[in-house]
Amino acid sequence: MIAVDLPYWAQSLLRVLGGTVAVLLPAGAIVYLFLFKMMSFMQSRLGPMEAGPYGSMQLFAEVGKWLQKEDIQPENADKKIFKIAPLIVLVSTFLLVAVVPFGPDAYFTDFEAGIFYALAVSSVSVLGILIAGWSSANKYSLLGGLRAAGQLIAYELPMVLAVIGVVIQAGSMNLNQIVVQQNAGSMFGWDGLGNPYLLTQFVGFVVFMIAVQAELTQAPFDMPIAESELVSGYMTEYSGFRFLIFFIAEFATVGVFTLIASVLFLGGWGIPFSWFGWGSLDDVDNWMNIVGPLIMLTKMFALSALVMWVRFSYPRLREDQLQRFAWKVLIPVSVINIMVTAVLKVVF
Amino acid sequence: MTDLVDRQKLSYIAAQAADARLNVELETEGMTLNIGPQHPATHGTLRIIVRLDGEQVVWADPGAGYMHRGYEKLTEVRTFPQVTTLINRIDWLGSFANEVPFILAAEQLMDIEAPPRAQWIRTILFELSRIANVSLFLGDLGVQLGAITPVFMAFRDREYVLNLIEGATGGRFHPNFDRIGGLKDDLPKGWIDETRQVMKKLRNFCDEIENLLFGNKIFQDRTRGIGVIPPAVALQYGMSGANLRASGIDWDLRRDQRIALAYDKVDFKVWTHPDGDSFARCWIRLQETREATKIVDQLLDGIPSGPVMAKVPRIIKVPAGEAWVSTENPLGEMGYYVVSQGELGPFRVKIRTASFNNISIVPWVLRGVYVPDIITILASLYFILGDIDK
Amino acid sequence: MAPLSDAPDAPALASDTLRESIVDTLRSRLGDAIVDVKLVPGVDLWVRVRTDAWRDAGLALRDMGFHYFCFLSAIDWMPSPYGRGEDDPTAPPPERKTEIVQGYTGGETRFQVFARLTDLERHVGITIKADVADVVDAADGDHVIDSWVTNYAGANWHERECHEMFGIRFAGHPDLRNMYLPTDFEGHPLRKDFPLLARHVKPWPGIVDVEPLPDEGDDAAAGEGASDD
Repeated sequence: MIAVDLPYWAQSLLRVLGGTVAVLLPAGAIVYLFLFKMMSFMQSRLGPMEAGPYGSMQLFAEVGKWLQKEDIQPENADKKIFKIAPLIVLVSTFLLVAVVPFGPDAYFTDFEAGIFYALAVSSVSVLGILIAGWSSANKYSLLGGLRAAGQLIAYELPMVLAVIGVVIQAGSMNLNQIVVQQNAGSMFGWDGLGNPYLLTQFVGFVVFMIAVQAELTQAPFDMPIAESELVSGYMTEYSGFRFLIFFIAEFATVGVFTLIASVLFLGGWGIPFSWFGWGSLDDVDNWMNIVGPLIMLTKMFALSALVMWVRFSYPRLREDQLQRFAWKVLIPVSVINIMVTAVLKVVF
Repeated sequence: MTDLVDRQKLSYIAAQAADARLNVELETEGMTLNIGPQHPATHGTLRIIVRLDGEQVVWADPGAGYMHRGYEKLTEVRTFPQVTTLINRIDWLGSFANEVPFILAAEQLMDIEAPPRAQWIRTILFELSRIANVSLFLGDLGVQLGAITPVFMAFRDREYVLNLIEGATGGRFHPNFDRIGGLKDDLPKGWIDETRQVMKKLRNFCDEIENLLFGNKIFQDRTRGIGVIPPAVALQYGMSGANLRASGIDWDLRRDQRIALAYDKVDFKVWTHPDGDSFARCWIRLQETREATKIVDQLLDGIPSGPVMAKVPRIIKVPAGEAWVSTENPLGEMGYYVVSQGELGPFRVKIRTASFNNISIVPWVLRGVYVPDIITILASLYFILGDIDK
Repeated sequence: MAPLSDAPDAPALASDTLRESIVDTLRSRLGDAIVDVKLVPGVDLWVRVRTDAWRDAGLALRDMGFHYFCFLSAIDWMPSPYGRGEDDPTAPPPERKTEIVQGYTGGETRFQVFARLTDLERHVGITIKADVADVVDAADGDHVIDSWVTNYAGANWHERECHEMFGIRFAGHPDLRNMYLPTDFEGHPLRKDFPLLARHVKPWPGIVDVEPLPDEGDDAAAGEGASDD
């Protein structure tokens, strides 16, 4: 990346710091821009305005507030599991960001089966949510945890199936390769835009975004939280910094999933309409390593704005309706998408 | 119990038949869950104990009384004019509407009729309190189902109505404006024009809510077919207001009884819906809010001039007798059975509140529904705790 | 269900044919169970039935078309020994009337249950009353009358409230527990001999000597503190 030979410990340190920034910065930005401001404007109110200019320091204030709260654990709760659960959810986010490419050489790890690893690791958070619900010794949390288990597992499948279409088209599971294929490729012969899978895999994109909305337990799929029924679902008994971890994890995961979605469907770190004729990954200029992360951030904001917009607008589906939607609608649609993609890939 | 075809129960059983065959082998114990008294979904401190089998309700039992203030006992130690202060607080969202039936009952016993101007203004304020009450319901409906945005629009537009009520009576929530024989005061200058403007805004609000919430497919999935109450059952339990009309029964006390308010001078439509499910109840309230704005417009056009207070003695002693007056309040039928023995205060006042009867149907209607449907049904039945608990 | 049609401002009819026909039909069904009737033409109708015919009266009315159950409650006709809670705690309690005087359609007992039903087709309501026997049930000290739960399912909650407030037990009610008050509450609050505790814990401030305004020495004392707001 940089033309300096760093010792291994320095590189690792840089990776750790970079990973933390890559997770926390999108989380903070999404919370401020969308949760505090966009939601408020949609609801014809201003949102936080006191802490910092236009309320920009509100998240810091809230973090400070949560950190100094008393650590309350229900007496009947299974203490060890109760404490581990939020960490599991947060760790899965960090593991997920490890594989996202921000530029041709700006990545943390470069797995050959990058997307396979990403999908596998994203399911780890399900465990965290389930054990949070179960160990809280609270019937509402239990209901939330059980609903979460059913929902999150059900929506893993459409996510995976939607991604398979992308993998077929790209011919590789490596995320950097997918980016290059999108930018360097061509759609049915036309070269102007490259081959963003947003257009050619439109069905897959829609299925993936819906599945992401469900994986993040955002409305209309927020039955596990279901604020008006279960108070906070699996998070009910968590307060103080444990709740902070859940909160950060929720929005960080929004950020990371939308980063992955922009890699898979929007062309990753490539600038639209300007690929400068690079043939393969090694041809790409070094300045893309600086510009790449900015491009990724922009695309991430665009997609997470979409996710949040849907969250604030829709009522929630009942969980049998959501399960029906996943099993009877999304999975058949994504399977058909795979078949059509495979056929077209062979034909063209 | 009476013999009724339990439509809702049959449809659920039919849908669960396949599951039931499987579940026999995986027999698990049920869970007893306490919804409330502190819960985001109950409008106040209502406690519902449900016994669940998985996510399905097997048995439900509401426990009211966390807010019981003993109004019926308190009225016995008050004079007639002092009772209005108390009863303002029964249904605190549509507060002027609570005073009216009591005042009318006292006037019936004293054989006094309020002057026409007072009757018209009473009717206008009555409809304004209906709008204030039901617009909050429309916003709150979204929140119960997960849509967090409509409630802000509801509160924003409701502020206009509350400002109007405050302008006329001096109190946003507890006007205490009705007096035996008329009203405390006349309307302030400019109030009528401003009310016309506000009614236009509220019609816009109703359109917005209709687009945002009622047209949403998810909302329809969550509310259609949920909590079906057949008309015969509704009558047995004494459901009233929009809940009754949603089951297809065409009964509206504003049109169907003669009362000393100005409803016979205006044209309005009484909305009914054949389905009797949650969607019907919500939809009817939306239409009734629009209808209320039209009623107010018509009333504003024709207010007669004159005094707002009839000649009543300074110290009010109501002659002995019994009177029952009920009106079509925002929540349903609210009435007062006033027993007087010629003293300064009532001997006994029986307060018949709409939500008490509306919620008495909860054990019947919640059998066999899922936990999220409990919230939907409670939201669509629409109760205020002060109304249940008096 | 047609709305009220005719004569918008017809004077109160000297004879109210609708209500009279209801009374006649009821008499033909219940016979001498009807003890007293009060009909105010154009206004309302009150009927009192014998205690043992309470359930049958409800059934008869339901069959006659009174499908809408409005409410069911009770009245304690004994005058309150505490007056209106304004007694000066330092002075001995004043002499009060103790004679029990019932209201419309009379009565012979201290407690009466009454219910209101509405006929939505004919736009008419009826208030039906019955005495509750003064003899208490030795087992639990409650006065007993039949339950209306078989007539109207909605009576369930109303009878529960009546039971806890007045101590009237409804025979045949499946689940007569307290509605508003905690399960272990002692006493029946709406009875007149149950004191309004707030007025006993702290005397009502209205009886405390209020200094009259400088010019209104007599006016301030007149009217027992009652004014129209």
